[in-house]
Amino acid sequence: MSQQVSVRIDGELCTAAEGQTIYEVAQANGRSIPALCHMEGLSSAGACRLCLVEVAGIGRLLPACTTPVNTGMSVTTESENLAHHRVMALELLFVERNHICSVCVSNGHCELQALAQKLGVTHVRYPYNYPRLSVDTSHPRFVLDHNRCILCSRCVRVCDEIEGAHVWDIAARGINSMLVSDLDRPWGESENCTSCGKCVQACPTGALVEKGRAVEEMTKRNVVVTTLAAKRDAHP
Amino acid sequence: MRTIVIDPVTRIEGHAKITIRLDEDGKVADTAFHVTQVRGFEAFTEGRPFYEMPAITARICGICPISHLLASVKACDAIMSVRIPPTAAMLRELLHCGQITQSHALSFFHLSSPDMLLGFDSDPARRNVVGVIEDHPALAKDGVTLRKFGQQVIESLAKERIHPSWTVPGGVNAPLDRAVRDRILAGLPEAKAIALRTLSFYKGVVDQFSDEIANFGTTPSMYAGLVDDGGNLQLYDGGLRFVDAAGKVVVDRMAAEDYQQFIGEATIPTSYLKAPYFKPLGFPGGVYRVGPLARLNVADRCGTPLADAEFDEFHQRFGAPAESSFHFHYARLVEIIYALERMETLLNDPAILDRHVRATAGVNALEGVGMAEAPRGVLIHHYKVNEDGAIVWVNLIVATGHNNLAISRGVDQVARRYVDGGKFKEGMLNRVSAVVRCYDPCLSCSTHAADQFPLDIQLVNPAGEMVDRIRT
Ligand code: SF4
Ligand code: FES
Repeated sequence: MSQQVSVRIDGELCTAAEGQTIYEVAQANGRSIPALCHMEGLSSAGACRLCLVEVAGIGRLLPACTTPVNTGMSVTTESENLAHHRVMALELLFVERNHICSVCVSNGHCELQALAQKLGVTHVRYPYNYPRLSVDTSHPRFVLDHNRCILCSRCVRVCDEIEGAHVWDIAARGINSMLVSDLDRPWGESENCTSCGKCVQACPTGALVEKGRAVEEMTKRNVVVTTLAAKRDAHP
Repeated sequence: MRTIVIDPVTRIEGHAKITIRLDEDGKVADTAFHVTQVRGFEAFTEGRPFYEMPAITARICGICPISHLLASVKACDAIMSVRIPPTAAMLRELLHCGQITQSHALSFFHLSSPDMLLGFDSDPARRNVVGVIEDHPALAKDGVTLRKFGQQVIESLAKERIHPSWTVPGGVNAPLDRAVRDRILAGLPEAKAIALRTLSFYKGVVDQFSDEIANFGTTPSMYAGLVDDGGNLQLYDGGLRFVDAAGKVVVDRMAAEDYQQFIGEATIPTSYLKAPYFKPLGFPGGVYRVGPLARLNVADRCGTPLADAEFDEFHQRFGAPAESSFHFHYARLVEIIYALERMETLLNDPAILDRHVRATAGVNALEGVGMAEAPRGVLIHHYKVNEDGAIVWVNLIVATGHNNLAISRGVDQVARRYVDGGKFKEGMLNRVSAVVRCYDPCLSCSTHAADQFPLDIQLVNPAGEMVDRIRT
C-alpha cells in the first residue's frame, strides 16, 4: 500500500496517496479544476495550462495535472489571479487558430467552447492569428482539421497508450507546432492507423471528427476511452 | 458630365450604390447599379469537407439563410448521388415555405409598404415602418403576425431561427414531431386570413400607382423560374424554365447540372456582382429577371386553389407576362398565399411524420449542382470536390446577381423620367431607390459580406470632383 500524504486543498484537509497529482486529489475531494489536455485514463501532458493552481510557498503557478502532491502542501484552486490566467489561456487558444464555432461540426459539443462559456470568455482581447491551415480529408472515415486543433495531444496519447499504434505526434515547436500522422504523411496513407477512432472520441474540439457529420452533429464519447483505459488497468 | 450617386439605397438588405451620370444639360446620360462589397467567400471554403457547405453558405446571408441551405444541401445530395427520402424533401419544402412567408412579409410590410401607404413623396422622416404603424395600425399588426408565423415555422422545425442546421446533405437530421405539425396547422388559418386580407387591400390600392407601374422597370426582358413537370410554380424543386419577353417558353425544366449551358456569367467592372445572362442570346441581350414576378410569369399555374385564383386575376389585370417590376410586390403577396397553402397540403399528408428522413453516402460524384428558389429568385450552388470530399471549386449564382442587369435598366428608366436638372429632389431619389427595392435585392449575399448602409449621396461634376454630398 502506498504512503498516505496530507494536503490542504482550498483550506480543506485531504488525504491522498503518494504520487497522486493535485488534479486527482482535488477531484477526489469534490473540487473541479478546469482542464483541456487532461483526460482520465491517459498520462498527463501539461499542455494546455488551464489547470494552473497556486501552491503556498511557490512563487509561480503549477499545473495541477502534472504536479504530484507532497505532505503539507497547501493548494488554492480558485482565485482572482487563477481566473485571470485561465481566461487568458483560453483566449490565446482561440486566437492561435481558426475556431469559428458557428460553422464547426462540433459546435455545441466542444470542450473548448464549453469551458470558455463556463469561465465567462465573452470576447477575445488579442488579435487573431488567422493562419492558413489545411484540412486532412484523406482518411476514408475521419477528418483532421488543423484549424480547430489546440495541440492538447490527447490523440497522441490515446493512440500510443491505449491503442498502441502511435500514429500521432506533434511536430515542430511553438507557434509552428502541428499534429502529424505517421511522421507527416496524409492520414489516409498511414500504415499504422487501425481506424479505431479513439483519437476522434478523445479530441476535445472539432479537430478530429467523423467524416460526413454536418455542422453541430459531431458528438464525442470520451467515456469510451476512459472505460477502455480502466479495463486495461484492471487486466494488465 | 455630372454624376449623382445614390449610395447606398436605403431599406434594402445590403450595401449598394447607384450612379446616375448627367450630361452637360443636366439630363441623364446613363445609370449603373453597383455593389461595393468584396467577394471572398469561394476562396475561404477551399479544402473544407463538402458537407460543411450548407452551414457555411447559410451564414453568408442573414436574411434568407434557408435558401442557401437548400441549394447547398441539394448540391451535396448530388455529390453523394443519393435520392433523399420523400419525407425529407417534404420537410425541406415545408421549411422553405416558412422562409418564403417570413421573407416576403418582411419585404412587403417593413420595406415597401411605407412608400406605398404613405406616398413616395411623403416626409422621409416618417416614411418608414413606424409611420405605417401610426397610420395603418391594423395592417402593420398583420405584417408582424404573418412574419412571426413564418419565423415560428422555421424555428419549430429547425430549432433555431437563423442558420438552422437541421437541413443536412442527404435529407434532414430529425423527423417531424406530431406536436409541431399540429401547432403549425393551428396557426395556418390566421396566417392565410392575413395574407388574403392584405392582398385584397393591395388590389384595392394598386391602381393608384399607375405612374410607378408604367415607369418601374418595364423594359422587356426574359424571365426565369422553377416549375414542376406540370408547369406549376415550384419553390424547392423542379426545373428551370426560361420564357421570353412575350411569355413564350424558350427552355423548359432545365436540370440544375445543365445550368452552364444556358446561363453565362459576365463580370461588370463597376460591380463585384456577376451578371448572369441567358447564353443563347448573349450579353447583354440575354437579360432576364428572376424572383416572385418572374416565377408568376413563367409558371402555367400555382397548383393550389387560392393562389391559382389570384394568379388568374393578376394576369388578367396586368397581362401575361406582367411586365412592370412594380408588380414584384403583388407577386410576393400571391406567393405568400401559395406558400401557406403548400404548408397545409404537406402537413396534412400523413407521410410528413415518417421517421426515415436521411440518406447517407460518401463522395460518389466529383461535382454537384443544387438549385432552389430563394425568396428573391433562383439560387444555384455548384461545387467540385476531390475524391476525399474536400471542396476544390465553388460557384454561386444568387438571385440579386440574376437581376443585376434588369435592376440597372429599371433604374435608368426611372431616372430618365424622374431625374432632371441635376438636383437632389427627395421624390426623385426615393423613386430610384424604390425601383431597386421592387427586386428586394439582398446584396449582402451577392457579395458575401454584410455591412451597414447609411445613405450617402454624392454629386460629382464633369471634372470628377465631388461638389455636393448628403448623408443620413
Ligand atoms: S487533434 Fe484534437 S486531440 Fe489531437 S492535439 Fe488537436 S485538439 Fe488535441
Ligand atoms: S489540464 Fe493540466 S495543463 Fe492541460
